[in-house]
Amino acid sequence: MSDAIWSRAGAHAESFDRLFTVLTGFSVLILLLVAGLIVGFSIRFRSGSKVTRHKVSRLIHREIEIGWIAATAIVALFFFWWTTSANLQQAAAPAGAMEIHIEAKQWMWKASHPDGTREISTLHVPAGQPVRLYLNSQDVIHSFFVPAFRLKQDVVPGRTATMWFRADRAGTYPLLCAEYCGTGHSRMLGEIVVMEPADFAAWLDSRPQGGGMIAAGRMLFTSVGCSGCHAPGSTVHAPDLDGLYGRQVPLADGRVVTADAAYIQDSILLPRRDIVAGYAPIMPDFADLLDEDEVAALVAYIRSLKGDAS
Amino acid sequence: MTDAARPGTPDRGYSLPPSYLNAGTTLKSWLLTTDHKRIGLLYLASITVFFMIGGIAAAVMRTELMTPAGDLVSADTYNRLFTLHGVIMVWFFLIPAVPTTLGNFVLPLAIGARDVAFPRLNLFSWYLNIAGGSLALSALLLGGVDTGWTFYTPYSTLYSNSYVTLAAAGVFVAGFSSIATGLNFIVTVHTQRTEGMGWMRLPLFVWSIYATSIILVLATPALAIVLAMIVGERVFDLGLFDPRRGGDPILFQHIFWFYSHPAVYIMILPGMGVVTEVLTCFSRRKVFGYEAMVFAILGIAIFGFFVWGHHMFVSGQSTFASLIFSLLSFVIAVPSAIKVFNWSATLYGGHITFEASMLYALGFVGLFTMGGLTGLFLASIPIDVHVTDTYFIVAHFHYIMVGGMVSAFFAGLHFWWPKITGRMYSEGFARAAALLMFVGFNVTFFPQFILGFMGMPRRYWSYPPEFQILNLMSSFGAMILTLAYALPMIYFALSLWRGRMAGDNPWRATGLEWATASPPPRENFVQRPVVDRAPYDYHPAHGEPTEREDDPDREKRDDRPEDPA
Repeated sequence: MSDAIWSRAGAHAESFDRLFTVLTGFSVLILLLVAGLIVGFSIRFRSGSKVTRHKVSRLIHREIEIGWIAATAIVALFFFWWTTSANLQQAAAPAGAMEIHIEAKQWMWKASHPDGTREISTLHVPAGQPVRLYLNSQDVIHSFFVPAFRLKQDVVPGRTATMWFRADRAGTYPLLCAEYCGTGHSRMLGEIVVMEPADFAAWLDSRPQGGGMIAAGRMLFTSVGCSGCHAPGSTVHAPDLDGLYGRQVPLADGRVVTADAAYIQDSILLPRRDIVAGYAPIMPDFADLLDEDEVAALVAYIRSLKGDAS
Repeated sequence: MTDAARPGTPDRGYSLPPSYLNAGTTLKSWLLTTDHKRIGLLYLASITVFFMIGGIAAAVMRTELMTPAGDLVSADTYNRLFTLHGVIMVWFFLIPAVPTTLGNFVLPLAIGARDVAFPRLNLFSWYLNIAGGSLALSALLLGGVDTGWTFYTPYSTLYSNSYVTLAAAGVFVAGFSSIATGLNFIVTVHTQRTEGMGWMRLPLFVWSIYATSIILVLATPALAIVLAMIVGERVFDLGLFDPRRGGDPILFQHIFWFYSHPAVYIMILPGMGVVTEVLTCFSRRKVFGYEAMVFAILGIAIFGFFVWGHHMFVSGQSTFASLIFSLLSFVIAVPSAIKVFNWSATLYGGHITFEASMLYALGFVGLFTMGGLTGLFLASIPIDVHVTDTYFIVAHFHYIMVGGMVSAFFAGLHFWWPKITGRMYSEGFARAAALLMFVGFNVTFFPQFILGFMGMPRRYWSYPPEFQILNLMSSFGAMILTLAYALPMIYFALSLWRGRMAGDNPWRATGLEWATASPPPRENFVQRPVVDRAPYDYHPAHGEPTEREDDPDREKRDDRPEDPA
């Protein structure tokens, strides 16, 4: 039995509900003000009413106008500051988040856990632990939407989207696709099953393991030939990948990019797009050699190469 | 009753040329006309047909959504229905509605001109609009389009098996009609104003059409480009939006919303202009803060170009970009708020009467306020993340476009109907329709805010059963709305052969369009008027407003026994 779609769970939901309530209260006030002015004036100044009509002098005109322009501007900037800072505080995932890969395709969600456990249209996670998702789409744009977490992330083909959540309460929360994706859009449903950490560990143990994405990526790294150039002992002049993830990378055309999942994926599939400064554009294009799962595994492996510093 | 005996008809001292309606009665005289008034009526006929087609699609969708299971039509049919509804309503009803009908008819009259600057281009624009509409409709007859009116890639380019190319070509062609109409109005306002009609004497309706025209001319090319890219991708396999070949699906969204966000202002600005004319006339007051209203219109038109990124907070755009777009979206609330407060203040100290047109205008202010306030929710990044792509969005933009724009369109249609046809309609039925539309609208769309907050995504053919009660309410409201939209068609039609003669100026309004006959002659004015005062001259600048002569309810009041107090 799953929880109500709009039940509240997770780190973002509480702050969302607070912002939403305040903004709703503010809107109701303004709406009452405008409705009060319109209805009040309409009744008081209806044609035939005996009330005296005062002249509104030009000076008072200006004062009233400047007053409410200033008031609206201040209120607008306040809400901008308040909501945006709430957003920025929660933008980055806490350190030590558990990492899970999500593949979206018409019309299902596939999840792979760090140890290789896979599930379809269901995702089991432990309560209280931050979870960072890496999302890819195999076809069109989908959107990973969990109303109980008040979170949504578009999954765009060719990019790796990331989002994070922390579900603080055990329960089963519906997962929906929010970006129109074709015939089965309204049936692209799933569940997030949040379990107590001990239950989750037991559940994970009971599942058959696929060897893990990082392990799969390590094997691919050798078998498809990455290591021929990128291994530390190679004689080919190619960038060293140890500790690459998250680093600032200067490119040949002067730009500096952050080596995130999307960048690593692009470098495998479209190696000629972002050439690292100081290297020749000699890397072959792997777009036709690797499928989506293999690319995700390679990215996961490269992300795991922490380098000597850490 | 002779013309001169009607109140509001001055003794002219010369005989009038025949009205534009009698200037030729053959079909050819209509289809080849270069008269801005007749072209306005051609548009009125064509957008009414489009409105009915789009409305029928919505009615079928609301019927399907009365039950959680998708049981009335198939999922593919449902997807084609909401695409049809969106494409037809946005591009063939909402965008052309006020500018091409009321704008065409009233704008030249309101500035004392004989016609628009380029009358033949004006007629050509109508044919382009019809050609585009026919292409889009033929896509529908052949089997429909299932991408949604937003045509998001790569679904529309690589995956959809429907008639995307044809529909996109239709909208592409109609876009040129928009551009030509916009250019025509800009040049008309610059060159055709009559003597004494300075910029700061322009009625706000003219200002709003002028600002809208600028957006039409600047933004529509972006739509044309992005639709051409879709067609190119589908026909010539260009790979622009295909990530496997270095393309980018998000590129589409940037160009699309660069047009489609300003397009919201294309829809709402003319409505704001109409409402200002109506509110001032029926409260017998000068508009409060004319200059602020002009700058608010221009501010909205300019800022409207820089907020498109708030449609993409969850698409994966950078946090910094989202922050900037959020800030700009909050800033645009300021000119919108100025307008709402100034409309309210205009009522202060007036002599207010409640003709149907006024009821629509008052309803507009309330519904637009509601739409604007919920816009603040969508400008806030963390709130948008949850409610975007849900029914909250559906409710929000229907409050602006249907609650706002369509109310304003009806306000204007009722206001200028006596000028257009020379006849009065049944005021009682018209007031009933206005109230019914306001109630029906809120019953239809308010529950959708709650649905969206609860997490029901848009474009769902079937939905979880928890959402049924609110969906039922919404469908019930849609039935009320259907009735409310059918009523005007009946009493307007009746007014054409049974309505009493309107006279030149039945509302005692101050605009120049009321200074000529109803319906006006082909050349609008026998002697071009000369303007020597500011608009909305309902009372002396620093004097008190006065009651309207021949206010229809006044006699009834005078019959009442005197108040003992």
